[in-house]
Amino acid sequence: MASVGKIARRTFLIGAAAVAGGVAVGYYYYRKPFPNPLEVELGKGEATFNPYVKIGADNTITIVAPRAEMGQGISTTLAVMVAEELDVDLDRVKVEHGPASYAYYNAAILEEGGPFAFFDESMTAQAVRSGLGVVGKFLALQGTGGSASTRDGFDKMRQAGAAARQMLIAAAAQKLGVAAADLETADGSILHKASGKSLTYGAVAAAAAAMAPPAEVRLKDRADWNLLGKPQKRIDMLAKVTGAPIFGIDVRLPDMLYGTVKMSPRFWSTPVKADLSKAEKMPGVIKIVPLETNYGHGFGIIADNTWAAFKAAEAIDAQWSDPEYPLSSAAISDVLKQTLGTKGSVMRDNGDVDTAFADAPRERIVEADYAVPYLAHATMEPMNATAQFRDGALDIWCGNQAPTLVRQLCANAVGIEQDKITVHTTFMGGGFGRRVEMDYALCAALMAKETGGRPIKVTWTREEDMRHDAYRPAAIGKFQARLGDDGMPVAVDMKMASPSVIAGTLRRLFPSISPLGPDKTIVDGAYDQPYTIPNYRVSGVTAPVSIPVGSWRSVGSSVNGFFHEGFMDEIAVAGKIDPVGMRKRLMAAYPSAVKVVEKVAAMAKWGEALPAGKAKGMAFTLSFGSWVGEIVQVADTPVGIRIEKVWIAADVGTALDPGIIEAQLISAAIYGLSAAMGQEITFADGMVEQSNFHDFDAMRIFQCPVFEVAILENFHKMGGVGEVGTPPAAPALANAIFALTGKRIRSLPLSKTVAFA
Amino acid sequence: MRLTVDGQSFDIDADPDMPLLWALRDLIGKTGPKFGCGIAACGACTVHVDGQPVRSCSLPVGQVSGAVTTIEGIGTAGRLHPVQQAWLEEQVAQCGYCQAGQIMSAVALLDEVADPSDADIDNAMGGNLCRCGTYPRIRSAIKKAAALKTAGL
Repeated sequence: MASVGKIARRTFLIGAAAVAGGVAVGYYYYRKPFPNPLEVELGKGEATFNPYVKIGADNTITIVAPRAEMGQGISTTLAVMVAEELDVDLDRVKVEHGPASYAYYNAAILEEGGPFAFFDESMTAQAVRSGLGVVGKFLALQGTGGSASTRDGFDKMRQAGAAARQMLIAAAAQKLGVAAADLETADGSILHKASGKSLTYGAVAAAAAAMAPPAEVRLKDRADWNLLGKPQKRIDMLAKVTGAPIFGIDVRLPDMLYGTVKMSPRFWSTPVKADLSKAEKMPGVIKIVPLETNYGHGFGIIADNTWAAFKAAEAIDAQWSDPEYPLSSAAISDVLKQTLGTKGSVMRDNGDVDTAFADAPRERIVEADYAVPYLAHATMEPMNATAQFRDGALDIWCGNQAPTLVRQLCANAVGIEQDKITVHTTFMGGGFGRRVEMDYALCAALMAKETGGRPIKVTWTREEDMRHDAYRPAAIGKFQARLGDDGMPVAVDMKMASPSVIAGTLRRLFPSISPLGPDKTIVDGAYDQPYTIPNYRVSGVTAPVSIPVGSWRSVGSSVNGFFHEGFMDEIAVAGKIDPVGMRKRLMAAYPSAVKVVEKVAAMAKWGEALPAGKAKGMAFTLSFGSWVGEIVQVADTPVGIRIEKVWIAADVGTALDPGIIEAQLISAAIYGLSAAMGQEITFADGMVEQSNFHDFDAMRIFQCPVFEVAILENFHKMGGVGEVGTPPAAPALANAIFALTGKRIRSLPLSKTVAFA
Repeated sequence: MRLTVDGQSFDIDADPDMPLLWALRDLIGKTGPKFGCGIAACGACTVHVDGQPVRSCSLPVGQVSGAVTTIEGIGTAGRLHPVQQAWLEEQVAQCGYCQAGQIMSAVALLDEVADPSDADIDNAMGGNLCRCGTYPRIRSAIKKAAALKTAGL
């Protein structure tokens, strides 16, 4: 799709960083391993083989799963990768998140950051992908996101388990005086069948860990997998059904204080006038301190208990400077419209779109304008962090998606070296991209400098959380198609405008780096879809609105899945072609996509007549390397539209845990349906208008449809799982509502136009 | 002020307006009930007072007259309540943050209705929000728990 020349001209943000930094100078550094962070924290009798495996003399086997567990089951699946090759059952091992360390960098998180669709396997695309993996190492980002954790971990975690097992066998062979080839492993022990002698892993762990790692690591064939590929019992389930203190908000330390924050309700504004006297005098309040971080200004309230801090925060009387962005949603919308009229960056350009439209008869043209609002993440666990600053060192406890960034940003904020910071990463009560941000950690770190060495847990109110997010940006799009004589599209022209997630994220997390080029997330989910249309153009423009925007489950695909697939449905209707049949024809060059569409259509019995008052809609999105088709069935009821059933077919390449994958696909679809049905963040006077679940709600159990899921493994590369169910959910629902009511709703949330039961 | 929580008696020094949730979490150290919204809109803080489910984030501690039961009082890792057992078997939780509240609502439902219909489940569980969308597994776990309870397990 893209040639080297085109890349150079476009200098897309992450791709450009890769070519400039990574590929040119990087390979030596890339190959050199980081030190094993477990070596400095071993307990008595413990030995470590690599950053992922520790074994104690008592045969306690600990696996480090260094990714954020925010519900997606990653700690289980990563542990299984090691356990599979180590030949131990999951219930025999302890699983820990481990320390913040560059050793745990995520290479896959950036791999798809280049200007190429996932299915583009040209040499250029592959070279940039490998370059971006190198950049992943350069930034040494221990991050969880981009649905990348299993793809990043699949080889290295299995290799870690296999290498440790080979070293244990070698040590046992020495100790028993037998050939390594005659030894077998099972359930944490090494057995010499001929003599009946056996040794536990723990008995030889110290000797084994002292050996050189094997030059060649042999991985099991898929046919020999005992754990991978099969549904596992999640390692975190027992703790989660017994109310165990596993979340950041549950941290309790001796002599701990409590606090909260009251940040400027206008982003980036400074306090013009503030009267703290009333709040300071309230019972239980110890101190109120000003806060200033990359996220803006506000106050930190230090108190005896959380409730006292909340009450005091309400009593702070402050006025804030005027914002640097438009004050209202209407004014923001005007900026987006103006931006859409300016020259965009073309990300896909097949054929000659201008010529194809030049002589098109009016009746062969389909045109549509689409729009989506800002959205909050609204994780169930509000933002919080606990911090203790004493003797020049900072300990910080919080659920976060990037521990090395917590360390780096807190070091800058507090004014100490990074090696004086210990990050304790807890389980997360939801992430969805929100915990890539660092505001909760920075506030707690700064407040910990004001407590005379006592630890402080800083919990945000739901209102503070809702009004200080890094939102999914609002976006608008203009869509045009020219139909051929057979009703099939011969040309499409798609253009979107949106504030830039990448620029917004850089401002907060890497303020020293300025954005180099257009933001690919503005067109993700539209430019990279497996459709062949002779004239096909997708372009994006960055809108200059500085309200904080960030990664929201599936990022750009959450926007463009709705735009692209809603418009595809419109094309099918205008061309009088069945939407499923049209997709199969347009996707013919991509067999994996066709199989997904056929599967979901067969599951839903697409094409069979439904009773009056019921209808179905279909959508497809390829995102994060997985090909996902969804069909939604809706029914007209006296109290509104009811979502009755959702069918999902997803090709993930290799399915490592079908139970967790099914849960994630349903979860992501509900996340997308919740937003499509009723969520929006709006602005008045420069402030967010919504505040809590009464005005920013999500799907409830009585609205939840029945789900049927099929997991396919046709494509030869593994895809992600955590986000990929979200993009097709909104368009499948909107297309179903069109089929039911004849109303084509092009602006979310749908509740502005129709009522839901 | 005296408070009975999970069968244990606690003397606490709290503003009577402090919501029960914060007395439990910050003063007594019971972190099972979770803070989600503070306005009784999400159910993460659900506990029982004399067997009745209440949203502890919106109930002033001064108005609590009965015995409080939290998720920590219905079962332990070694001795799970049938609802917890069903949650485990159905692999319900994802992030898990709302699940203490979900389980407490489900326990109260099953104490009231031994064999709940889908409509009973919708009514009893509608106040418990889950952002991970675990609702399909919650529904099947409640039905499984009903069967476990009836069988006396």
